[in-house]
Amino acid sequence: MQPQDLLYAKTHEWVHVETDGGSKIATIGISHFALEALTDLVFLELPEVGRQVKAGDSFGEVESVKAVSDLYSPVTGEVVEVNAALPDQLGQLTDDPYGAGWIAKIKISDEAELQNLLAYADYEKQCAEEGH
Amino acid sequence: MTSTLAQTPLHSWHASHGGRMVDFAGWSMPVQYTSIVTEHQATRTAVGLFDVSHMGRVRFGGSDAESFLDSIVTRRVRGMQPGQIRYALVTNQDGGILDDVLVYHLADSSSPYQLVVNASNRQKILAWLESHRTADVEIYDATCETAMIAVQGPKALEIARPLSSVDPASLRYYHGASSEIAGTEGLISRTGYTGEDGCELIVPAGSAPALWEQLVAAAEHVGGCAAGLGARDTLRLEAGMPLYGHELSEDVNPFQAGLAFAVNLKDRSFPGRDALAKLRDQANMPVRIGWELAGKRVPREGYAVLADGQPVGHVTSGTFSPTLEKPIAMGYVDAAFAAPGTEVAVDVRGHGEPARTVELPFYRRTN
Repeated sequence: MQPQDLLYAKTHEWVHVETDGGSKIATIGISHFALEALTDLVFLELPEVGRQVKAGDSFGEVESVKAVSDLYSPVTGEVVEVNAALPDQLGQLTDDPYGAGWIAKIKISDEAELQNLLAYADYEKQCAEEGH
Repeated sequence: MTSTLAQTPLHSWHASHGGRMVDFAGWSMPVQYTSIVTEHQATRTAVGLFDVSHMGRVRFGGSDAESFLDSIVTRRVRGMQPGQIRYALVTNQDGGILDDVLVYHLADSSSPYQLVVNASNRQKILAWLESHRTADVEIYDATCETAMIAVQGPKALEIARPLSSVDPASLRYYHGASSEIAGTEGLISRTGYTGEDGCELIVPAGSAPALWEQLVAAAEHVGGCAAGLGARDTLRLEAGMPLYGHELSEDVNPFQAGLAFAVNLKDRSFPGRDALAKLRDQANMPVRIGWELAGKRVPREGYAVLADGQPVGHVTSGTFSPTLEKPIAMGYVDAAFAAPGTEVAVDVRGHGEPARTVELPFYRRTN
């Protein structure tokens, strides 16, 4: 997946939406910008499969040597799959954040909320401002 | 945004070399340049260079300087040999810790005594000193006209040696001397805050950028690098060294902090002396200890420590130890749970993470 093709939450999660039969599935990960800012990852807590989450809910944690950060679900729906191998291979998260470093898949129950997410250009603008 | 923060003489180097600048005690300081773990490992295996110019440097002159300092700090200043440096505390009347400091007694200097104090406590300590000042004592805050660089790690002395007229290897641990450093008059000492061998250099502010460039080039040649406050924190934590504002505060006395070695009460008079004489033998105070955790979640400052679900202490500093590759923490715990091997739990955001009490330090160098 190319970062330009993804949607982003202000809290630095990326979203890729696919149609699977009648439902829309969001694959979620953490942006390269956020991982660069975190550095030195030591721990990742994945959401539980089957959990119902609302957009903006904390549904996991990522911890670096310096600090712990919440992961926020960018969409509302049910967690249908997680990247269970990732917590033991945190290098994949930093090396390939838009591919092997994906975090979770959520079956979207409120498609309209996708409009609240940022396109790549807008997300980049936000990062540039935060970087100052 | 950061215009009100003080800047060290090396600030523009940090900012132009990837330093992530943060507000630390009112100073704009680099927390890291690359990654904390990279800078930490470089210091353990080769050499790390730390800009510690934010630390307060206070010079003392006048014929009463020695007796004045002796009447302020918890260890004897009278009788310190020229060249000797002593770790000591400044305590209030109740025996609470106002700061932990280094007292320098320097030879051949117009100001034969110097204190290095924590950046966060500099104004408080300057005011404390002024309020206790006696007749013939001159107190001079040299912080802003000087820079201080810590060179730490097994290669530290090797890279500092060519830049200093006094060979740091000729200095005993916790000793220092005036020295010509990269062409200007400065001070070199065998001190540090990382658990490694090394030295610290104090030079005029204007000479610092050129000296730093030379040190960086020499460090990179032996596998070292500049290191930020993030690595400084993980290094000192592994070395079991307390940090003011975390392990040390006015609400803590030296005995519970494990700093009895830094308190000398015999035939002494200083603020807090009598309170400390009473506290010395007091049992059942929470004491500073270390914990190692079995899981991967990292204990952080303020987290509760539990035994059978009941709070028995709290974490004052925690990190993921790059050397031990496990989470570690320091904190205070009820005396009954302080023995090494005691099993407790740290409440890490609702998760009771198993933790075992261990002897400090977590890391001791072997070289």
